[in-house]
Amino acid sequence: MDWYEFLFVIEVAVGGLLSGVMYSLVAIGFVLIYKTSGVLNFAQGAMVLFAALTFVSLVERGVPFALALVITLLIMGLLGLAIERTVLRPLANRSPMTLFMATLGLAWVIEGGAQLIWGTQVHALDLGISNAPFEIGGIFISNFDLVAAALALALVVVLTSFFRFTRTGLSFRAVADDTFAAIAIGLKLNRIQAAVWTAAGVVALVAGLLWGARLGVQFSLSLVVLKALPVLVLGGFDSVPGAIVAGLIIGASEKLAEVYLGPYVGGGIEGWFAYVVALAVLLIRPQGLFGRKITERF
Amino acid sequence: MSLAVEAPARPLLTGQRLAILALLALAFLGVPAFASPWTIEAILLPFLALSLAGLGLNLLTGYAGQVSLGSAAFMAVGAYAAFNIQLRLGLPLPLTFLFASTTAAAVGVIFGLPSLRLKGFYLAVSTLAAQFFLQWLFNKFGWFSNYSASGVISAPVLGFAGITFDSRESRYLLALTTVTLITIFVHRLVNGPARINLIAVRDNETAAKVIGVPVLRTKLAAFALSSAIIGIAGVLWSFTYLRTIEPEGFNLDRSFQILFIAIIGGLATLRGAFLGAGLIVVFPLLLSRGSAWIFDGGLDAGSVQLTQRIVLGATIVTFLILEPNGLSSILDRVTARVRSLMGRT
Amino acid sequence: MSFFRRLAPALLAATILTGAIAPAHADEQFFPLQSYRVGPYAAGGTGFFGGFIDYLTLINDRDGGVNGVRLTWAEGETEYEVEKGVEVYQRLKSTPGIAAWNPLSVGIAYAMIDGVTEDKVPLLTVNHGRTDTTDGRVFPYVFPLLLNPWSESSGIVNYIAAKEGGLEALKGKKIVVLYHGSPYGKETIPIYELLAEKYGFQLIQIEVPHPGSEQQAQWLQIRRERPDYVVLRGWGVMNPVALTTAQRNGFPADRIIGNVWSNSEEDVLPAGEAAIGYTAITTQASGQDYPVLKEVIAGVYDKGQGNLSDKARIGSVYHNLGIVNGILNVEAIRIAQARFGNRTLTGDEVRWGFEHLRLSPERVKELGAEGLFHSINVTWDNHEGEGYVTFQQWDGKKWNVVSDWIAPDWALLRPIIEASSEAYAKEKGLTIRTEADVDTVIGPN
Repeated sequence: MDWYEFLFVIEVAVGGLLSGVMYSLVAIGFVLIYKTSGVLNFAQGAMVLFAALTFVSLVERGVPFALALVITLLIMGLLGLAIERTVLRPLANRSPMTLFMATLGLAWVIEGGAQLIWGTQVHALDLGISNAPFEIGGIFISNFDLVAAALALALVVVLTSFFRFTRTGLSFRAVADDTFAAIAIGLKLNRIQAAVWTAAGVVALVAGLLWGARLGVQFSLSLVVLKALPVLVLGGFDSVPGAIVAGLIIGASEKLAEVYLGPYVGGGIEGWFAYVVALAVLLIRPQGLFGRKITERF
Repeated sequence: MSLAVEAPARPLLTGQRLAILALLALAFLGVPAFASPWTIEAILLPFLALSLAGLGLNLLTGYAGQVSLGSAAFMAVGAYAAFNIQLRLGLPLPLTFLFASTTAAAVGVIFGLPSLRLKGFYLAVSTLAAQFFLQWLFNKFGWFSNYSASGVISAPVLGFAGITFDSRESRYLLALTTVTLITIFVHRLVNGPARINLIAVRDNETAAKVIGVPVLRTKLAAFALSSAIIGIAGVLWSFTYLRTIEPEGFNLDRSFQILFIAIIGGLATLRGAFLGAGLIVVFPLLLSRGSAWIFDGGLDAGSVQLTQRIVLGATIVTFLILEPNGLSSILDRVTARVRSLMGRT
Repeated sequence: MSFFRRLAPALLAATILTGAIAPAHADEQFFPLQSYRVGPYAAGGTGFFGGFIDYLTLINDRDGGVNGVRLTWAEGETEYEVEKGVEVYQRLKSTPGIAAWNPLSVGIAYAMIDGVTEDKVPLLTVNHGRTDTTDGRVFPYVFPLLLNPWSESSGIVNYIAAKEGGLEALKGKKIVVLYHGSPYGKETIPIYELLAEKYGFQLIQIEVPHPGSEQQAQWLQIRRERPDYVVLRGWGVMNPVALTTAQRNGFPADRIIGNVWSNSEEDVLPAGEAAIGYTAITTQASGQDYPVLKEVIAGVYDKGQGNLSDKARIGSVYHNLGIVNGILNVEAIRIAQARFGNRTLTGDEVRWGFEHLRLSPERVKELGAEGLFHSINVTWDNHEGEGYVTFQQWDGKKWNVVSDWIAPDWALLRPIIEASSEAYAKEKGLTIRTEADVDTVIGPN
């Protein structure tokens, strides 16, 4: 392997890692909900769409960037609260599958609502972060990649320290560990759930803005969840650091596979290859890399 | 998953049996004579195919407790297998159905293997591998679509023993007969000895092992049988309903649709699949016709459609909240009420 | 059973009479529209069906219809999904006076081919569609007007040749085709191979998995190959992502050539500055500087009857495609009326009109569409009609035409099309039409 070829392998891997960060951003939203509600919230994609669409529509109507951000944050918080109140709470203690189906129905409501309010137009979203590449040691990197990576890292640090060091965070973990015990010692389950749904709304906004800058803000933005699902399985549904590590692994391996294995079968394999990677790991660790051992029945 | 188990094989009341017979008579004789082309083509044909798919998934999810998000992919396997069997082997129709379902069953077993290790959402998400891999496969290799330039195949007309299933009524009757026969088969199965194994695996795997249920074999058998039935549903969908086969038609949305049918209809019941399919197929059509009538020109078509999507999503959520055991338990309550009223008079 | 069959129309007639739905109206020609205004491809659907409806409105208001025959339409939402399209087809197909179907979706069109052939009503797939339906000998009722996918490929290669200084200059050049991982995306693979062999350019075809929201691996491969051009055969969200990822990997946008499903404002706007310089094929120029567009604005929008909710989209690529589609439909009806009389035509009569749809550049000018599209020349056996293509470049705000009208290499493609359609005829057991069959037309009753 000559030098140029070696550099290319590195470049593919780095490109994959950076894509993986983008997957993790979406996956973290899922993890937050799963940790406390035990539900795979399929409406996360619709929330990403709703957040980005709200933000971009506000900016297009002349609302200043920072103000639009604040308003969208508030709206996402309210949306999270509303979901918790109207859907999750009445469904408490139902089977995880029922909850999952409910979030699918919810996804339709949010998608439909977002487009009914803001229209079905395609929007450009300019965050003012350049996507033009510069070279580091023969490898192309863009500012956008760096910002995305930094944001993801920041989110993980903030969330992890929140769970570890704050009172709310601790009660949050208590709920995740043993819901009944948590209620027994007087924790306000509803308040915690509400806080989590709000946080998931915020994460959806961050993911929506970064993905929206790449894809444009349009219906397809809700499809980014498909890239986050294998990440979740691999990292464990309930681990924030797991979401990052798994994102990196999935990103790098699917890109390497696409470039080096793809040509043998005609390419286009990354869509399912991510699942193969996740499955291979799961056969050894059925709860994912960082997930808690599953005891519950399904 | 704690679900009320349907009371095992109680002797069918004559009333219930009569109702089913009347329904079948209506479906076999009344519909071909009276139903409008639109009713058959746009409602009954997709309804039959999706009911069957819901039935297949219900066997896996409702009775054996394994969740799959890849049902549409198994429909695709059935459809492509039937197309290639007809094209390359030219087998008679019953054998085509048999081989198509066997192929789907084999593929189902392969993708069911992770169920031996995985549970819950981990299993559910890993069945997505089937969804994406199979869709890619049919799209990638021209052999499956007989090298059709655009990858979309016009499904050939099915024929057997001198009858060609070309006309609307004959396609409907073919679908109806297939669905009826398979439903009878599944009814016998889930009320037979296999029932205990399935439900034991669903409710408590460890306990099942202790009492000597072959857990692994039961799981794989459930995957095989469920995929075989869903594969037939794919054949009906492509050959009697749409009459084209394209990979995009068997996408993730279709898988979710089938899961909705199984869950909203009522897990671990046979009529649930039909009730669920009725809701998922007919309700959106009623909504769209109803809203076209209400909003007539007042709102643009796009907004109407979005409103419908919201209503449909909200209806599903409401159903899940109000009726944990699905439409079939509503039906149970209604029949119980009717019976008690009749008993009183 | 047959008793009930006979009874059904009688019952229907009775309901219509008692319901008194419509007073006996003058002649009307009906367009059932399988539109899609929501879902992933809503941008295309609203633009195209908006333009189509705007043109029909203009004809009704300005001319009182086509020679006194008013145009009517009804919409059914499909979300671009095949089974919804089929449902709308089943629901609307018994409406009297149907002129033609215009689904703007290959999948829906496929599912209708058998049906419309039985109904004897034309099915139009302007700018796209199943390539071998170009052969009118096998597909009497299907019309991929102006451009089929294979001609599109040939047109793109001819444009690259023109840029490089002639077909000889293609020798030794390297072209990457980046295609969507779907039947649509793959349809042109053999054609590019054929063209590469004929003109001696090096060809690499790379697939992007659906939906195409992530393309880092593909663009790294492209960067390694250092091609002269990348042909983008994209769809939906794949297009802006291709442009932003190209930028991220340092590939210049003006070396990327898009196909007809990658050529709209909606495909480039989300990519922002990454799209500046990107060029795409089109059969109809965009913009409002054409007499027919001015009439649509003055005669429809200024009276508050326009179909687009956002007036800024008047003259956009999809809107203009809708208008051109309107022109083609209306002119086919006009041509058929000249033979069969100024009344509601049967589907088969409209089919005859489409098979004689010859609009010379002079006639196109009379229709106020000079520069909007070039010309069309449909015959009984060529249902595409030798449409010319042109190329437009995005400047960050709008598309600008940057080429002459270019002719694809129809002669090269015809034998492959015939091979494909004849295989279809054989598979389906169809007899191949001859010219004599063209004038066998089913009239009213």
